[in-house]
Amino acid sequence: MSYKFHQFQVVGRALPTESDEQPKIYRMKLWATNEVRAKSKFWYYLRKLKKVKKSNGQMLAINEIFEKNPTTIKNYGIWLRYQSRTGYHNMYKEYRDTTLNGSIEQMYTEMASRHRVRHHCIQVIKTATIPAKLCKRESTKQFHNSKIKFPLVFKKVRPPTRKLKTTYKASRPNLFV
Amino acid sequence: MPFKRYVEIGRIALVNYGKDYGKLVVIVDVIDQNRALVDAPDMVRGQMNFKRLTLTDIKIDIKRVPNKKTLIAAMEAADVKSKWENSSWGRKLIVQKKRASLNDFDRFKVMLAKIKKAGVVRQELAKLKKETA
Repeated sequence: MSYKFHQFQVVGRALPTESDEQPKIYRMKLWATNEVRAKSKFWYYLRKLKKVKKSNGQMLAINEIFEKNPTTIKNYGIWLRYQSRTGYHNMYKEYRDTTLNGSIEQMYTEMASRHRVRHHCIQVIKTATIPAKLCKRESTKQFHNSKIKFPLVFKKVRPPTRKLKTTYKASRPNLFV
Repeated sequence: MPFKRYVEIGRIALVNYGKDYGKLVVIVDVIDQNRALVDAPDMVRGQMNFKRLTLTDIKIDIKRVPNKKTLIAAMEAADVKSKWENSSWGRKLIVQKKRASLNDFDRFKVMLAKIKKAGVVRQELAKLKKETA
């Protein structure tokens, strides 16, 4: 599974000066599509929190963080701050996914579709893996059922490879599962 | 007509699109409306969209997300392989695969066998016609 958004750990600090020989080192975990973007994002956030810019700072380390257990399902809660047409709002969203990167990608696409918020207007404040008891949204809680059972109502008929796709078919498809 | 095949933990499904096309997988857990966590003895447990799966009639008895050993044991206990290969759907797929893997000589042999079979059928039909005539 290739994900659009990768999680990076970025570590940086201001450059040492005569007045401050050992400036404080800051570490951030953030999501970006690649390393270059991650570094840029790091300076963006750090500028808003501390009096340091890329020109008087240095990057110490950047590592990609990979999912520890991509084969188990987890409930992710994501706290975000986004810019709408009228102002900034905070939001808390829940997703069920196997990896954190997958749920972040789900979040971005959902924000774009439901609220028309583009990717650069979203800031992820915090993410957490939520145990099933503490989930708030009904749409994630409905899957917390060890005896889950539902039928697939509608069968999508499609050829097994895109090469076998044709515009016209000889007969109408059977949509019953 | 009510539904007979449900998405549930332990349902065997056939992959009908993508890299694992043609594989039988077990639905081990449901992620959300569109995706399931699937597992098979010869692949890493992963997620799959329901659009890529066709449910079968076979169901095995497992708990949510078993480890590989338990899964293989449960599949052996329910005898999934033989149930699949004896079902009409499974047999059709085996025949399709065989036909696709024939070489020219095999196809020649098939042609001779078909002619022979048609000859025998026609002889029997002629006998029956003679009796009723």
